[in-house]
Amino acid sequence: MCDTCGCNITPGNKHLNEAGGKLSHSADGKAAVDVLHGLLGENDRQAAHNRAHLEKHGVLAVNLMSSPGAGKTALLEATIAALKDELRIAVIEGDLETENDAERIRAQGVPAIQITTGSACHLDAHMVHDALHHLDLSQLDLLFIENVGNLVCPASFDLGQHRNVVLLSTTEGDDKPAKYPVMFRAADLLLLTKSDLLAVLDDFEPARAEQHLRQLANAAPLLQLSARKGQGLDAWLAWLRGEIAARRAARQKFRAAPKLSGVLRV
Amino acid sequence: MHELSVCQALLAQVAQVARDNAARSVEKVVLRIGPLAGVEPRLLQDAFPIARAGTVAAAAELVIETLPLTVRCQSCGAETAAVPNRLLCGACGDWHTQLVSGDELLLASVELRKS
Repeated sequence: MCDTCGCNITPGNKHLNEAGGKLSHSADGKAAVDVLHGLLGENDRQAAHNRAHLEKHGVLAVNLMSSPGAGKTALLEATIAALKDELRIAVIEGDLETENDAERIRAQGVPAIQITTGSACHLDAHMVHDALHHLDLSQLDLLFIENVGNLVCPASFDLGQHRNVVLLSTTEGDDKPAKYPVMFRAADLLLLTKSDLLAVLDDFEPARAEQHLRQLANAAPLLQLSARKGQGLDAWLAWLRGEIAARRAARQKFRAAPKLSGVLRV
Repeated sequence: MHELSVCQALLAQVAQVARDNAARSVEKVVLRIGPLAGVEPRLLQDAFPIARAGTVAAAAELVIETLPLTVRCQSCGAETAAVPNRLLCGACGDWHTQLVSGDELLLASVELRKS
């Protein structure tokens, strides 16, 4: 939703803002000003700028979110190893401290920009924008943004990504989507990671994880994989290739219609 | 735990509204928050006095209105109330629903003192 055209006025709140609504009054000596702006409007504007910047260069941006230790960096290592001869990849790494993850990515032979957030629990669009300036987007097909390991705050901040991929490791419990609905509702793809451990974990049921995801009205696909053991990677790589193909097709459509005014979002 | 940064974003917007209206101070700030916004109203109330210090809203009251969580069923069309981790249709139980209201994070209005 944007905060310029009024689309943020929903059936649930419009009665409050119409003439005579309880927020339209002004009291003596005071002036009440209706605003109805998204509180994160500044972040959302920056995110839209980031997205436009990425789309100009035909780069697919994927935001990876999970709890700490669910296997985001291990997934990236395996993904880069499988795709680096086929696609030009870069990674933006978010952590509170250390360059450790960026160094793991660089060891795979692709550029990695580490954002250390200090005590901030999430990446925001401005941090990602700064990081984008350290990358040559004209030389990229695929940008991963590895968010700070946290199932709460990162879900609230648009970074300019095209897709959200949420990882749920089998050691965490299959009811995580029910416990962190804001995060799992935002997922475009749910990866059940460390699937090699399912054989020894008798309390994680992938079908239950899926059921909890559906109860959030989320139709996102679920894939099981183990980055360490190389299991299930093909379906994940196929999903990525499909997303990249869709992004390229959208870009060609955009180029074919240069006279269109406004922003074409697909 | 990002309520303080949300508060800072809020106060930047409030300061802009105050400037636009040539206000001397801000008396009241009204927010509207849905249960799926990812922001906890109580923590926002705790963070607000810290974030407002030294701003045009240094003495402002923060009012948070919680919006209902409502979904519309794509199968039967019913609009029903839901809870954050169970967005199923209250009429037929289907999970193919769309959120009608509940993820808002809005600055609704600002009450200003002009003189």
